Amino acid sequence: MSEREQALTVRRTTPASRAGLAGAIVVLAVLVTLPVWGDPASMRRLVEFITLLVLAQMWNLLAGYAGLVSIGQQAYVGVGAYALIALADDVGIDPFLAVPLAGVIAAMIALPIAAVVFRFQGGYFAVGTWAVAEVLRLLVANTGALGRGTGRTLKAVFPLARESRELVTYFLALALGVAALIGVYAFLRSRFGLGLMAVRDSEAASETLGVDVFRTKLTVYLVTAFGTGASGSLIYLNLLRVSPDAAFSINWTAASIFIVVIGGLGSLEGPLIGAVVFFVLRELLADYGSWYMILLGGLAVGVMLAYPQGLWGLIAERWDIRVFPVQRRVWRA
Amino acid sequence: MSLLAVRGLDAFYGDFQALFGISLDIAARETVAVIGSNGSGKSTFLNAVAGVLPVTRSAIVLDGIAVGGQPAHEMVARGIVLVPEGRRIFPSLTVEENLLVGAYRAGSGRWNLGRVYELFPRLAARRRQPGVNLSGGEQQMLAIGRGLMANPRLLLIDEISLGLAPVVIKQLYEVLATVTAEGVTTIVVEQDVSQVLRIAHRVVCFRHGRLSLAGRPDELSRARIAAAYFGV
Amino acid sequence: MGWIDTVVQGVLLGGLYALFATGLSLIFGVMRIVNLAHGDFSILAAFLAILLMDALALNPLLSLVLVVPVMALLGYGLQWHVLNQLLGRGLLPPVLVTFGLSIIIQNVLLETFSADSRRLNPGAIDTASLALGRGLAVGWFSLITLGVAVLVLVGLQLYISRTRGGRAFRAIADDRTTAALMGIDHRRLYATAMALSLGIVAIAGVFLGVRTTFTFSSGPDRLLFAFEAVIIGGLGSLWGTLLGGAILGVAQTVGAKLSPGWGVLTGHLVFLAVLLMRPQGLFAQPRRVDS
Repeated sequence: MSEREQALTVRRTTPASRAGLAGAIVVLAVLVTLPVWGDPASMRRLVEFITLLVLAQMWNLLAGYAGLVSIGQQAYVGVGAYALIALADDVGIDPFLAVPLAGVIAAMIALPIAAVVFRFQGGYFAVGTWAVAEVLRLLVANTGALGRGTGRTLKAVFPLARESRELVTYFLALALGVAALIGVYAFLRSRFGLGLMAVRDSEAASETLGVDVFRTKLTVYLVTAFGTGASGSLIYLNLLRVSPDAAFSINWTAASIFIVVIGGLGSLEGPLIGAVVFFVLRELLADYGSWYMILLGGLAVGVMLAYPQGLWGLIAERWDIRVFPVQRRVWRA
Repeated sequence: MSLLAVRGLDAFYGDFQALFGISLDIAARETVAVIGSNGSGKSTFLNAVAGVLPVTRSAIVLDGIAVGGQPAHEMVARGIVLVPEGRRIFPSLTVEENLLVGAYRAGSGRWNLGRVYELFPRLAARRRQPGVNLSGGEQQMLAIGRGLMANPRLLLIDEISLGLAPVVIKQLYEVLATVTAEGVTTIVVEQDVSQVLRIAHRVVCFRHGRLSLAGRPDELSRARIAAAYFGV
Repeated sequence: MGWIDTVVQGVLLGGLYALFATGLSLIFGVMRIVNLAHGDFSILAAFLAILLMDALALNPLLSLVLVVPVMALLGYGLQWHVLNQLLGRGLLPPVLVTFGLSIIIQNVLLETFSADSRRLNPGAIDTASLALGRGLAVGWFSLITLGVAVLVLVGLQLYISRTRGGRAFRAIADDRTTAALMGIDHRRLYATAMALSLGIVAIAGVFLGVRTTFTFSSGPDRLLFAFEAVIIGGLGSLWGTLLGGAILGVAQTVGAKLSPGWGVLTGHLVFLAVLLMRPQGLFAQPRRVDS
């Protein structure tokens, strides 16, 4: 009887992930053609959805993968928004080009901020990031050139026809959404991402394996600042009117947190599901004002207590699916 | 009736089974030595009896009452006190405060600060110093004293000789002999077989999570102990 | 002189901040949890006081007799039923859950009491002031606030350092698994610590409500100020917390005198400066090295 050794291979894609990829391409095709068959209101809604989803993905990258729980990401939303205004109105750069540039500015500001907040750990890190966001809000609210408390309006887009502006904004949002998804996915699949997940699981152990914990966390912090800043500028490209209380509002982070917690922390699919739930709930409960927030808060608390893996976590466990597989798995060939 | 009756005790660390059906009786005022090589399950045994590890109710019977599965802090109220491996002195507390904390759930009894200081004069001399400033041997004394402050009905001592010089270990066992002579029922887990046999009424040996030997020290020859210890 | 008056006001304000900070620092010291709803609980207490004042025609200071035990009980229940369930799951869950609670509390208060600014009127003591000579006068109420803050701090300090319960707190803060071997149930003690924390922050909330107007959304700023006072003063030192509060208070009053919109911001900047130059805080206790 011949002995044959079972060959084992290491693979990343699974049938589910291939199906997921196909599905994603279909969805993308639909979205790209939306301007043809859809109405402007839907386009604006989708821009809102995508920008919120990107915010949540960034928060997820920070907290779920790097273990940095920030409740101050709204600082970069605000920076992105005001950078947009400053670049487009004051410096004269094309407002659509200003979106990625705003992200860069946010990342640059994130560096000194990191020097401050990285002195904290855990819960105090969270409050520290919030304190910084408040400082930025107050600084902006006291700066004449930025419009103080009343804020400013984006004027650079006025020459454009409304339809063209909304169209370009829409495609910019699509591009941002796809870029964020692909970017985070590629990031996590890389060696860097592997180091990141090692840090999340055990800082001490990963250090002994040669992972530079500090640099890893710093890089993630800067990258997410960029993403958050770009998304923030896009949000206000859509809204056109910026004020410090709105742009630096903790509600941006609250929404991100709810989306990620309910959808599932630490996975790529989770925030997607969470964002859908968030939006559906918002539409359903639009007339009920603060009850919407109470429900959302209660849901987040409840999910954390009972189902910490979130909706996607439940699904993935039950059916062992990964649509965006990041782990390597051992298969029999 | 024995003070402690262990019946069919199994213990797990997650999926890993560390103890297999241990059965043992401890009479009041007895001192039992538990020996065995690393990983044999002796510390696990103490942890299981002390309530640090979850076990089935009937596995641990104290004075005729099944108490298995009670958490550690409840076991202290019942009189089972563990002096843990590694001393584990509280860094934020002084020597005296460490002792006082030992009496947190104290039943009534003979042991109080005064008696502990009589037993360990070196502790009295350093009562206001942070507990962790003491030498290894003194910390072990503090840990034992802390256990005594709870006025235990059953005192469990886990590996006091770790990291200590032979002369210090000898001193500790001399003090322990005094304690056990007063009638405190004690189970001592120990690597240093020769020292512990001096104070024990009975010795049991663990190997791979099972009892491999039980008997009185004077009945057992060195050869038999070695065989039980190493499985030769 | 205007400046001396400003500094004195700042120090008195610091007393209030110290009250806010004490509860936060206590539970962080014992449990390593930061309660993001800390400030919101103080506002909840203030609104509770309003209810009691309306229903029973009570002076706000008297209402404390009821408000404090209610909040303490709430804290015990919160820890026992919610936060204790998250033990051993890392730093993320308590942050997220308390954040969720913060949102819930604010919105429940909004729904129940609307967005109106409220204030607790303590009667005559509100405007009574003590003349200190040289044209300087301090409000009686501010003095009482500082006095209460000192009392609470002294009481807590004595409790922690001299009593059986305080020793147990320190033991579980060091090593809760070994503390269990002494018969200490950390879950109960955690709940007691949270009860203490909310009881103290309830006092702070009521005093705040007397001193100034507040709304449903006033909570988060209180958390920030509490946090800043703790960090400036240094972790692990209750007296540091009092001094940290005073420094923050003075920074805010001085900043406000320089330019009306700059009060709070100056406080933030001083906080950042301390953080950058002396991150362990100005009066931190050196942490003992573990054995």
